[in-house]
Amino acid sequence: MLVLIAQLGAIFTNAIAEVGRMGMLLSEVMRWTYLCICRRQLPAPWKVILKQMYFIGVSSIPVVITTGAFTGMVLAYESYFQLSKLGVTSWMGPLVANSLVLQLGPVLTGVMLAGRVGGAMTAELGTMAVTEQLDALRTMGTDPVRYLVVPRVISATFLAPILTAFAFVVGILAGFGLAVYGQGVDGHYMWQHTKEFLVWYDFLTGMTKAAVFGGSMALICCYKGINTRGGAEGVGRSTTEANVACCISVLMLNLFLTMVMYVFDPFRSV
Amino acid sequence: MPETGEDLIVFENVCKSFGSLHVLKGVSLAVKRGETLVIIGQSGVGKSVSLRLMIGLLYPDSGKCLYMGREIPQMNDVQLDEMRRHFAMLFQSGALFDSMTVGENVTFGLRANGMTDEDEMTRIMEDKLRAVGLGKKKFPEIPAKLPSQLSGGQKKRVALARAIAVEPEIVLYDEPTTGLDPIMSDAIADLIISTCEDLKHKNVTSIVVTHDMHVALKTADRILMFHGGEIVGEGDPDYYRNIRETDDDSKLTEKEKMIRQFVRGQAVGPIQAVL
Repeated sequence: MLVLIAQLGAIFTNAIAEVGRMGMLLSEVMRWTYLCICRRQLPAPWKVILKQMYFIGVSSIPVVITTGAFTGMVLAYESYFQLSKLGVTSWMGPLVANSLVLQLGPVLTGVMLAGRVGGAMTAELGTMAVTEQLDALRTMGTDPVRYLVVPRVISATFLAPILTAFAFVVGILAGFGLAVYGQGVDGHYMWQHTKEFLVWYDFLTGMTKAAVFGGSMALICCYKGINTRGGAEGVGRSTTEANVACCISVLMLNLFLTMVMYVFDPFRSV
Repeated sequence: MPETGEDLIVFENVCKSFGSLHVLKGVSLAVKRGETLVIIGQSGVGKSVSLRLMIGLLYPDSGKCLYMGREIPQMNDVQLDEMRRHFAMLFQSGALFDSMTVGENVTFGLRANGMTDEDEMTRIMEDKLRAVGLGKKKFPEIPAKLPSQLSGGQKKRVALARAIAVEPEIVLYDEPTTGLDPIMSDAIADLIISTCEDLKHKNVTSIVVTHDMHVALKTADRILMFHGGEIVGEGDPDYYRNIRETDDDSKLTEKEKMIRQFVRGQAVGPIQAVL
């Protein structure tokens, strides 16, 4: 029994230490960002930053659009049967739109980014770590956090909201399309109800969540990548750990941000 | 030009452990400006760790690591980057950046040091690639290739070109011939020997960690042998050659018997081969 408690304690303290080390990395990212702004310098050459932006942003558009479209259609399809029993099918509009803007858009985009971008990010940095490329950077007077981590975290933080916007715009259109043309719902009333219930603060909430999910995903993946040890096996282990940590962090942060954003919601009724 | 012979890097009673593994147990040494110091010893005795301590990639658990009289662990990031601009390191694996072409790899250090003149960088890159036997005439396509398109020997050559491109004051070589076939290993060894000799004329300090006694005896001004976390031998190449040729055990101390076993490459002797 004591052994079990000790093991649980060790797991807990390791997890806390890991979060602490990620916090240290975050503070270093913020320090370098601040220094780069003050010195009017880029953290890395334009070519490197654009490559990251293309990889995180442009390359992710098909995945994110597909996810958004099918999620919107499933929401519309499923809610139609529930709402038709009550005779309020035009309320499908706000249901689909609010779900996508506030919750499913940011969360699913975060999870898809973790799978598509995060894994590759960890594997790339992990391979650099085990093949001494990070040490080579340091020996040439280039801080790996500045050169590798800052461009990735900044790119992901700014591009995740744009990708999320793609996801929910396409998701809403797809959901509306299925409802109007597939299930015969009145599009006019659906749109009126949506305009009535979807306010600017909902978009702000969705975008804020997306930015936090994108930034935390990049931070976790970079942390796991640059701390990889143990050759090819270590790279595989880090990639798996990063994916799991990203998905869990998206879900946990979603709850936290939902609560926080609700507190500051100027339109809340309770 | 700075004075030859001044102490550039000094270790004072340096200890370094990784968990329960005590790699360095109170090592003291001094590297003089302009000399070629070779560190030999079995795998895992702290040779590469010493190189990493010299350049501030690792810090000692106790003792002092000094560069030009300043303690390396006490330096802040800016001072550390400034110090590292005087160094270049050739890594065991080459450590070329996978995502960059050969040309970008060789000029990386120049860009990091603030050079912006593309023509000048191209000139230096071609010059250094020629110096390592990858000149434009014979290999016109090399600068545009990715590291994954190069052979093991070419990777080492490019890594050496990258190391010397920044005109460093100190070059660290971490087992440069490891992992190559005997012929390529010999070719790289000869290249390192010629690079060391060339750099010596420019008063550049070279520190070579190697198992290759051919490289060690040919390049070194001074050879240190590490064993069990301590320095067991120090002398010029002739000292090591003499020990290698001595068959009479009564003329050798216990430490010299270790040196003889290592230099001769014998499995039987005071050093236990760990399988």
